[in-house]
Amino acid sequence: MTKRLLSINDLSILLPTGADREYAVQDINLELNAGETVCVVGESGSGKSLTARAVMGLLPAPHVRVGKGEIIFGDEDLTKVTYERLRELRGSEISMIFQEPMTALNPVMTIGAQIDEVFRYHVSMSAKDRVEKALSLLVDVNLPDPAKIIDAYPHELSGGQRQRSMIAMALALGPKILIADEPTTALDVTTQAQILELISDMQKRLDTGVLFITHDFGVVADIADRVIVMQHGKIVETGTTKQVLQKPKHPYTKSLIAAIPRLKPRKARSRAAEVVLKIEDICKSFGGGRSFFGFGKPSRDVKAVQNVQIELRRGETLGVVGESGSGKSTLARCVIRLIDSDAGQIKLGDVDITKLSRNELRPFRKRIQMVFQDPFASLNPRIRVGDIISQGPILQGEDKDEASKRAYELLDIVGLDRRSFDRFPHEFSGGQRQRIGIARALSLRPDILVADEPVSALDVSIQAQILELLDEIREQMDLSMLFITHDLRVAAQVCDYVAVMQYGKIVETGPTAELFENPKDAYTKSLLAAVPGKDWHF
Amino acid sequence: MTKSTKIFKYVGKRLLQGIPIILAIVIINFFLLNLAEGDAVDVLAGEAGSATPEYMAQLRKKFGLDQPLPVQLMVYLKNVLSLDLGYSFRHDMPVNELIFDRFTATGLLMTSTIILAVGFGILLGLLAAMRLNTWKDAVITVFALITYATPLFWVGLMMIVVFSLNLGWFPTSGMTNIAAFYEGWDYVVDVARHLVLPTITLSLFYLALYTRMMRASMLEQYGQDYVVTARAKGLTERRITYVHVLRNALLPVVTMAGVQVGALIGGSVIVESVFAWPGLGMLAFESLFARDLNLLLGIFLLSSMLVVVVNLIVDIIYCFLDPRIEVN
Amino acid sequence: MGNFWTRYKRNHAAVFGLFVIVLIIVMAITASFLYAEDPFRLVGKPLSEPLTNGFLLGSDSLGRDVASGIVHGAKTSLLIGFVATLVSVFIGIFFGAFAGYFGGLIDDILMRVTEIFQTIPSFIFAILLVAILKPSMSSIVIAIAVVSWPGVARLVRGEFLAVKNREFVQACHTLGMSDLRIMLWEILPNCLSPIIVVGSLMVATAILIESGLAFLGLGDPNVMSWGFLIGAGRTMLRSAWWVCTFPGVAILITVLAINLIGEGLNDALNPRLKERQ
Repeated sequence: MTKRLLSINDLSILLPTGADREYAVQDINLELNAGETVCVVGESGSGKSLTARAVMGLLPAPHVRVGKGEIIFGDEDLTKVTYERLRELRGSEISMIFQEPMTALNPVMTIGAQIDEVFRYHVSMSAKDRVEKALSLLVDVNLPDPAKIIDAYPHELSGGQRQRSMIAMALALGPKILIADEPTTALDVTTQAQILELISDMQKRLDTGVLFITHDFGVVADIADRVIVMQHGKIVETGTTKQVLQKPKHPYTKSLIAAIPRLKPRKARSRAAEVVLKIEDICKSFGGGRSFFGFGKPSRDVKAVQNVQIELRRGETLGVVGESGSGKSTLARCVIRLIDSDAGQIKLGDVDITKLSRNELRPFRKRIQMVFQDPFASLNPRIRVGDIISQGPILQGEDKDEASKRAYELLDIVGLDRRSFDRFPHEFSGGQRQRIGIARALSLRPDILVADEPVSALDVSIQAQILELLDEIREQMDLSMLFITHDLRVAAQVCDYVAVMQYGKIVETGPTAELFENPKDAYTKSLLAAVPGKDWHF
Repeated sequence: MTKSTKIFKYVGKRLLQGIPIILAIVIINFFLLNLAEGDAVDVLAGEAGSATPEYMAQLRKKFGLDQPLPVQLMVYLKNVLSLDLGYSFRHDMPVNELIFDRFTATGLLMTSTIILAVGFGILLGLLAAMRLNTWKDAVITVFALITYATPLFWVGLMMIVVFSLNLGWFPTSGMTNIAAFYEGWDYVVDVARHLVLPTITLSLFYLALYTRMMRASMLEQYGQDYVVTARAKGLTERRITYVHVLRNALLPVVTMAGVQVGALIGGSVIVESVFAWPGLGMLAFESLFARDLNLLLGIFLLSSMLVVVVNLIVDIIYCFLDPRIEVN
Repeated sequence: MGNFWTRYKRNHAAVFGLFVIVLIIVMAITASFLYAEDPFRLVGKPLSEPLTNGFLLGSDSLGRDVASGIVHGAKTSLLIGFVATLVSVFIGIFFGAFAGYFGGLIDDILMRVTEIFQTIPSFIFAILLVAILKPSMSSIVIAIAVVSWPGVARLVRGEFLAVKNREFVQACHTLGMSDLRIMLWEILPNCLSPIIVVGSLMVATAILIESGLAFLGLGDPNVMSWGFLIGAGRTMLRSAWWVCTFPGVAILITVLAINLIGEGLNDALNPRLKERQ
């Protein structure tokens, strides 16, 4: 007989007056039982995070507050208990872990001190006992060398280690409920897999009920018993994982699931013979200088890119896949000469562009352009969209009117209203801004596009639209693309050829279909094994 | 390498780095001061009433003022290295002694000012942030705003008017009651009484500054993610404020405190002038008009060294407070 | 622009500050109209208390009108404050932009220079400069500008360092834009907010420095100034407290108003989330 832990009935959360809608979430009904994992899925703005925070009374008061409804835990309504009672419950009966482990931990306190606090403020234990318990917790979460970690500061640990520490703190007192607000979104895919496994293990041991907020259906597929789908502050569908993922009823759920890139790679197209971009033996290191005007100690050398070789053929999309620190972004920036590589050659056709000066490089800008990752930082907030798009051609000497005409055409191509020309970036959504960024990249009529994680910052439904747009454009203009990404699903959908990077080196290359089906390198295998929801066919 | 060895090496390195700066300052000031019209001998002669050109030439030779500038500079720098800061024309004393005499007075004033300004500033800022938007916060904020806008010399004068002339609580000027010849404990009390008004005057402006900084810093920290985590762990608000938020909020304020020392020395010129406090500030001001080059350069040297040392101390304190900084 | 004004208006104190400054500016402009006589002239009975003998705010030991001095002194303070700040901001932007954008040797040199300036107590340096250049309006402006520009330069350098690595600036590089264009048209417009805020607060500081110099006797002897009034009134503190008090109040109100405007600008240009309760 499963025990009902949490019951949210008709919950509505009010936003401050003057916000674009009155309620952040409305009429939320949710149940959580012991030992089960309920995933709340939604895109940004769906209200899933606020709902999670409301349970523990962590809404950003006073302007965001519970309007009506009740949150029943045991036999208490958490919306009506005293603050002191809430404080008692937090950390001991209900715990929460957050998305960004770097900022979620106090940077000036040791991990040990931060775990110790949880005990001090809930139970009475001797100091010695607390330290012992803390050490055993760190062992439970599979942290190596717990004695060292206890005295370490957050900035001395990796992202995965920090998140494990957070989990240790959250589960220190064996809470009945664990609320996890996108805890793996900021982590690499291999680390994510480990953390998800950890949470699942701890859950089995402690019979905890886990309320897991996420936007990633792959994660849902792997860990959820039941799923709740939210859109614009309302629940649109609930059910068991199988029900919702295989037979979604609500149109929104259906569209979300349809937007997930399939892990099954696209069929390989025939490779053209012409090599448009040849990257030979590119090396780039950072650091290694000496402080104090050259008289100090040498600082550590980071070899970001080591002897990378890549060939991009005409009309193909070549994916460079890797986790953070693999050097893929550095490589992209070397290719487009935003950074100067230390050694090696980058050949556009026959010309090696690594040695060219700024002025000599200018005409080559017409051949290779870049699409950036962050739609909110890649457009100058003070310049109109039309000017952003026409800047490139004007710099190359084109006439202003011609450039404007071209800009209007590009707006059409990327699917934006012509009136966008006179607007400013802040008036557009993330997906629309990314379209503007693509239009800008196309303004010089390049034949090679370097796309640096162009959809990583977008919601999954928008992501699908942008990927489709990039595909269309590539067809129409016979573009070749160097596509940087950490997301293997995206790579499967978009790339003809894939190169896998780790620690600055290429560990494996090959046609996408082959690589995904028969990976040879151990790292590639582990990457593929870590993809959430890989066993589900959406 | 243990942490203390690291710190010693760091201190040594910073002091070495400070030397070129101090040297540069001395050289710049030397040339600037010589840009001014006339020299010490002109002033001395002018005060004496009259002097024949021969006498003036003789004086110049005696004080080495007839040498070309670069030579004078070299001579000066050489002397500095042997801790001979030259001779003051106006006061007829070696500069070292003169500076040492007055240094204690200024040092006393500055130390008490820093303690008051930084200490109270942090406390008030903390209080204002904790009682945000209540009347306490409003009072503190308004007080800080107004104080920040008042000129130093005016505050001093107003303090004298109110507290000395009208209420008679404190003496109007000077450091001691010279006529009274106090000894021992009485002397200390006497100095303390004279110290009150100048200290309050000099510290008000900086008090306001630190209050505002601390308040802003606390508010910024309250909005950080780790505060949400701390709440989620069920910690009390007290713990969150005093242990989590405060420690992070102090960091930028500490940095700022170091930067302000130079400004404080400048302010001491005015305060010492208003209260006739026998310190270095007034000395510097007088020596400027007396064209007493040696004395002025000596004071510049000392204040620059002071700033370098204080900055160093602040940096080290900061290293202890912020574990993210490597003592490298 | 309308958006900016709406946000500015929300801070009532800032609106009040603006109102006060406008009043003071009007007072300064109409000074000759309000008090036609030269404020240095002896116009009546010495040591008159406020509101006696036709003196609104009293007279000093020589019979000069304090109120006239205040009205005429406003011109000096405002003029020096604004001009010195303008000069200092320009110099600061120039050096800060190049140092922040190019880094390397230029940056190193700038950092050394600002360190030197930070080590010399700025007020003493200002005194030094004015004494050497002989006190006058222009020498005071130069002195204030020289001691203030390093602060601006550091700020601008910091802003440029932060913005130059943003993706939209990188995009400009990929389009082949020249460095100067990027600095002037892409980065600088995005740094203006903090520069404007700091600039407005610098006007207040400049006025404080100027009055401090005048108090010590280093003001332009031909021009009436608030600091001068206070300095001249020192000796009469016991007998005629009003000579020192009212000019000081004038300084206080002016500087306070400017600070309020500065805060208002800050709130209007950097809209943040509401402070927690």
